[in-house]
Amino acid sequence: MHMLRIDQIAKQYKETPVLRGIALSVEAGEFVSLLGPSGCGKTTLLRILCGIEQADEGRILFLGDDITRWPAARRGFGVVFQSYALFPNLTAAQNVAFGLKGLPAARVRERVQEMLALVGLSAQAQRYPAQLSGGQQQRIALARALAPQPRLLLLDEPLSALDAQVRTELRSEIRRLQRQLGIASIMVTHDQEEALSMADRVVLMHQGRIEQQGSPEQLYAQPASRFAAGFVGRMNLLPAVAGSGDVVHVGETRVDCRTRGFAPGDALLVGVRPESVVLHPAQPAALPNLFRARVVETSFLGPMALVRVFCPALQCQIDAQWPLRHDARLPDWLQGEVLLELPAAALQPLAAPELSQANLRRAA
Amino acid sequence: MNSLPMTSINAAVGSLPATAVPEREKPARTSQPSGPARPRHRALHWEYVWLGALLLGMLGVLLAAIALPVGALLGHSFLSADGSFSGGAQYLAYVRMPGVGRSLFNSLWLSAVSSTLCVALAYVYAYGITRSCMPLARLFRAVALVPLLAPSLLMAISLIYLFGAQGLLKSWLLGGTAYGPFGIIAGSVLWTFPHALMILCTTLASGDARLYEAAATLGAGRWRSFCQVTLPASRYGLMIAWTVVFVLVATDFGVPKVIGGNTQMLATDIYKQVIGQQNLSMGAVVAMLLLVPAGLAFAAERHLRARQAASMAVRAVPLAPQPHAPLDRALLAYCSLVALAMLAVMGTAVLASLVSFWPYNLGLSLKNYRFDMMDGGGWASYGNSLRMATATAVLGALLSFVSAYLVAKPSGWRRTRQWLHAVATLPMAVPGLALGLGYILFFNAGGNPLNFLYGSLSILVLCSVAHFFSVAHITQLTALQQLDAEYERVADSMGVPFWSLLWRVHLPVCLPAVMQVAGYFFVNAMTTVSAVVFLYSPETTLASVAVLAMDDAGDIAPAAAMATLIFATAAAGRLLIAWLDAWMQKRTQHWRQR
Repeated sequence: MHMLRIDQIAKQYKETPVLRGIALSVEAGEFVSLLGPSGCGKTTLLRILCGIEQADEGRILFLGDDITRWPAARRGFGVVFQSYALFPNLTAAQNVAFGLKGLPAARVRERVQEMLALVGLSAQAQRYPAQLSGGQQQRIALARALAPQPRLLLLDEPLSALDAQVRTELRSEIRRLQRQLGIASIMVTHDQEEALSMADRVVLMHQGRIEQQGSPEQLYAQPASRFAAGFVGRMNLLPAVAGSGDVVHVGETRVDCRTRGFAPGDALLVGVRPESVVLHPAQPAALPNLFRARVVETSFLGPMALVRVFCPALQCQIDAQWPLRHDARLPDWLQGEVLLELPAAALQPLAAPELSQANLRRAA
Repeated sequence: MNSLPMTSINAAVGSLPATAVPEREKPARTSQPSGPARPRHRALHWEYVWLGALLLGMLGVLLAAIALPVGALLGHSFLSADGSFSGGAQYLAYVRMPGVGRSLFNSLWLSAVSSTLCVALAYVYAYGITRSCMPLARLFRAVALVPLLAPSLLMAISLIYLFGAQGLLKSWLLGGTAYGPFGIIAGSVLWTFPHALMILCTTLASGDARLYEAAATLGAGRWRSFCQVTLPASRYGLMIAWTVVFVLVATDFGVPKVIGGNTQMLATDIYKQVIGQQNLSMGAVVAMLLLVPAGLAFAAERHLRARQAASMAVRAVPLAPQPHAPLDRALLAYCSLVALAMLAVMGTAVLASLVSFWPYNLGLSLKNYRFDMMDGGGWASYGNSLRMATATAVLGALLSFVSAYLVAKPSGWRRTRQWLHAVATLPMAVPGLALGLGYILFFNAGGNPLNFLYGSLSILVLCSVAHFFSVAHITQLTALQQLDAEYERVADSMGVPFWSLLWRVHLPVCLPAVMQVAGYFFVNAMTTVSAVVFLYSPETTLASVAVLAMDDAGDIAPAAAMATLIFATAAAGRLLIAWLDAWMQKRTQHWRQR
């Protein structure tokens, strides 16, 4: 049995649908991340799980109970809010103790100390939130949410208010705590790096629907749609038509590429990540998918450079990533004419419904 | 000087867009329910029921204290003297009365002239305080705000001492008389000056340095950048200040009563109809004539504030004034002149009350303070006023905190909360005289279960709370809206009830605002005349009304003495509350230190 089952949840504000039938399960101890651009419905879904908002349709089952109509308090979930929402007039310890009701004072003290030790802030127990750094405030918020021993932890963009360095630090800290306590957690984020680095499973959302879900590696290596390809990492997309066998046609040009799931003549998009594109100075050997190209521009990004080339055969620009060494210099040949290799294994065929419709219209 | 708390509370009026519903309710990131379904799901939850009960209770109190009296006023203006429905007959009867056109005309032109003068004077003064490098700017600001602590009557009495029949400076009028337009305009400008000043200071303080830098790089001189940057940027502030002062003057009745002579205005007409002729329905008609323009002005002001808020750039860079010796000197001279004039006028009444017979025997004496020999209730009135103002401060601060909390924080009961906010901001548009008359009509009506309040001190407290409720409500609302909206969600997710959160977090954090509001209520309840003048009984006479009564009886020196006493008490009350606030902050607000 799943620990949490979300069953066809739908919600709309006035006339605008925000969630259009979400179905999702979470297992005990699992860390699930809801990833998507703003307005995709991820925060609304989290608020419905918290009990702050009510779904219009669908059910939420938690350990066999239908909790859809339960008030927030009865659910017993821990929630960490984007703004931390620490009470400014209470000390760190008092904040952590806020949700510990109906326990003897000694037990509360003990639990607060335990939680502060867990997040490594025992020394700051008597400080007020204004006297703590952003990262420390976030840890206190986490300790406060965990203190009543919730059965599920909900995190709403927990790191978005912190600077880049603290954010990376806290990512692994939250992950460590979550593993240590074995608590099932759901985190909302719009930051793909955060989702990929922290979660066991990433749920990619788009326009109120789940676009794709799977392990971080799966999501990156096998995007299932054009949106997934574009949102997680960068990807070059080439409009193409499926041929017979593992071949597609980009314009007049033949490209080797898997076409499982497509019939000959189907319109599709061929996706390729910049780091998979290979550039050669001169003819290396007889390689498949090798095209002449011209360097249009290069931009220096620190550990690598992004090289944009124009390929006449494919009639499009393609971004390639060039790893840099200690001297941060591009080789001299990487300007003017180069050879572009698109390794067949790295090409990802993606459905392109809007393209097929355009083709149909053209045919008619 | 204890001007700071008062400044900020009134600045709250000056800078707040009195929007109908707090920003947090926009749908973007909202927690509001979308359909009618939500209350049904939540109805089983007892906390939700408690909240609803509190909300309805609060709405009930405000309806009884604000909306129903105003409604009664409206209703009565359409009734004839015997209580039957007369349609617009009373209005027609009023219009046909001799001298009515005069009153209306006087009210309009005197208010317009006073307002224009006051805003012009205050604009230069505010410019000196905020935009120049003249010394003592803070002191000048504090001095200009002193009149807020005194009843408007004090200014009028001083003007009588200075320019009246035996006035010291009578010759300055070149044979003209102080009783009439001159007295009304001078008195009104003086007592409304701080109100205009606060609005204009807020406007001028928010200049955008980038515009001035741009103007300077384009070769504009000081005068040109004043005409093309400063003046356009303050146009809404000027219009708001003008409207506010216009309404204050048009609805004030203390100044024209004391120094107006035979110049009739609408505000004095109401007083004559109600007190002199006991014609409540006719009084209601005049009150409606006052309420309608006040309401319109209020709507205009809200519109202007919204425009002003929209025109302010989010990324404005605060302006640091640059020294310019000749200009700074000129502004210093101007501000000194205005401040001295203001102090001199106020000081005259204070001084006159402390001598045995102004201006012939200037020996110090307290004989003018033997109020028990005079009209108006004597020292008992002062005791009543003190009790009434203290009760108003406590009750008003408490009620406005709860009303602001109910409007700002809960997530359910949306429609009811909007109504609550609407009723809480209504008094801003209702002149005190109209509210007071509404109180008679509502509470004295046969069959009203609240009739027992009539004639007690409680009704005076209730009326004063209602009269000054809007500003207090909005100040507390602003303070509460600065708290993170997620606090309620945290408490919700942990099963902590809302009253516990209110007590442990909201009240301690908003304590400074609550204290400010208490001070505001105290000072205004001490000094007000307009709303309570119809409501006192022989047992509950008030000091401010006693000033009026003694002046009416020709005992101007004791009137000055009582006005001085009110002024001193208001100042002391402010100081006491400021001290209490500081003491409590020291004890409970450690968390504000970094």
